[in-house]
Amino acid sequence: MMQIDQGAVSEQIQYKSEVKNLSFFYGGFNALKNINMVLHDKKITALIGPSGCGKSTFLRCFNRMHDLYPGNRYQGEIILHPDNVNILAQNVDPIEVRMRISMVFQKPNPFPKSIYENVAYGLRVRGIKQRAILDECVESALRNSALWDEVKDRQHDLAFNLSGGQQQRLCIARALATDPEILLFDEPTSALDPIATASIEELITDLKNKVTILIVTHNMQQAARVSDYTAYMYLGELIEFNVTDTIFIKPKNKQTEDYITGRFG
Amino acid sequence: MKNVNNIDEIRKIIGQHKRWDLIFVIAGIFALMIAVLTFMALFAHMLVDGMPRLSWEFFTSFPSRRAESAGILSAWVGTTLVMLVTALAAVPLGIGSGIYLEEYAPKNLITEIIEINVTNLAGVPSIIYGLLALGLFVYQFGFGQSILAAGLALALLILPVVVVATREAIRSIPVAIREGAYALGATKWQTVFDHLLPYSSAGILTGVIIGLARAIGETAPIITIGALTFIAFLPPAPVKNEFPYVSFEWLTAPFTVMPIQMFNWVSRPEEAFQLNAAAAGLVLVVMTLAMNGLAIYLRYRMRKNIKW
Repeated sequence: MMQIDQGAVSEQIQYKSEVKNLSFFYGGFNALKNINMVLHDKKITALIGPSGCGKSTFLRCFNRMHDLYPGNRYQGEIILHPDNVNILAQNVDPIEVRMRISMVFQKPNPFPKSIYENVAYGLRVRGIKQRAILDECVESALRNSALWDEVKDRQHDLAFNLSGGQQQRLCIARALATDPEILLFDEPTSALDPIATASIEELITDLKNKVTILIVTHNMQQAARVSDYTAYMYLGELIEFNVTDTIFIKPKNKQTEDYITGRFG
Repeated sequence: MKNVNNIDEIRKIIGQHKRWDLIFVIAGIFALMIAVLTFMALFAHMLVDGMPRLSWEFFTSFPSRRAESAGILSAWVGTTLVMLVTALAAVPLGIGSGIYLEEYAPKNLITEIIEINVTNLAGVPSIIYGLLALGLFVYQFGFGQSILAAGLALALLILPVVVVATREAIRSIPVAIREGAYALGATKWQTVFDHLLPYSSAGILTGVIIGLARAIGETAPIITIGALTFIAFLPPAPVKNEFPYVSFEWLTAPFTVMPIQMFNWVSRPEEAFQLNAAAAGLVLVVMTLAMNGLAIYLRYRMRKNIKW
């Protein structure tokens, strides 16, 4: 049913994360079925598939977001390298996982605080209080999210005063400030106009080589433009996972081909 | 089926339908006027009767057997102190319970039963709280017929209002904001303290003030625990000259409150005391309106920075 890029298997060291036999249940509903795949280190992996296929559910396993709500259950493993820890294990604190793996949400969700405090919040949670360190981290995160030039003179303005695209870049800065090992994007451009979308896509591409990225997208062109690897999911199953070019040019699976060519989905 | 493409026909149908809008507007205004005019009439009546009695002396005099020299000093001081105790007790208890129920409590049958009961508590007649306070605070805990017992009785009365306001204010914060905080590695306490509480403070404060505005006019529970109707001295001052400079003696002092003072005057046969009652009622209504006004203002001020 599912094919993995065989060439990469020999280079274990390249993997940031390995998903092994992952299933997920919302109460009695089996939302993810026995998923096996890998995240290549400092590469962008895209998750595509029709609505309700489990892309977001899968993404939210990586930072244990499902633990916030009762009745959710994981099965299987997500191994995080280099320390080889199963982040889904009962004895691993979800807060620890969220400190290592950051997330950017579908709609920009800045806190009703200043731009500065939004970016600094992740650092404050980690107990950093020294002004100099905060200033430095905020600046570098804002630079990395291509927002610095636009906001450097008004860092203490409310984040809500920014435009939608700027707010989403602020959320990316907030996620980057704590130097995460993996950055999760849950359809980060679905609430933005085409120009803001282009700037976010450019930013995501720039972040490659700095951090491992997993991105859920509804937009197949977006997956093709930004990602190195693509996974196609359908009804909670991983149908095909491969190098993005292969998925889009000659997918091995008929279902994947139908979805990509728009014959279905 | 009849063809209604004819423009005159369409206009006629729209006209017929719009007639219902007109009928409803008239009925609506009529219903509204019944409520508003009744209050206005009462208020105007009180204003005419009470206004001439309002003077500086009215606020600085104790009650007296002679209506012309009677004032509301002990009543408004009593009301202020009782409200202080009520607020100090109800705010931490109510906000704490609200946060626990909304953020921490496991979602199970017991929590659900507690939730339903908290909401129902808001509908319990206030005299029941008076009886509870009489048994528990006055006798069991030995607080006596004091400001402390009255303040705590009213705190119980408004607790459900504060709990429900806290929960609704927290619940109105979008899930995305909450998840945004958790996604950065915040604990529950950090999420509550850094985000949920500050963002819901306007709603919570409104709830607290509306609760206090209800408590300020409550008479039944205060009578039940045995507040005095005639009192010609003030509770001991909360600050004093010698160490430790603060005193809590006032908590155990006997007292009266505005509605009881009014009740006392209304029950007198002399016409002059009725005027005193109207004047005291005027003060009470203005106090309540001022509190509600403050709630609206604070809500507006604090929500200015929040857009959802």
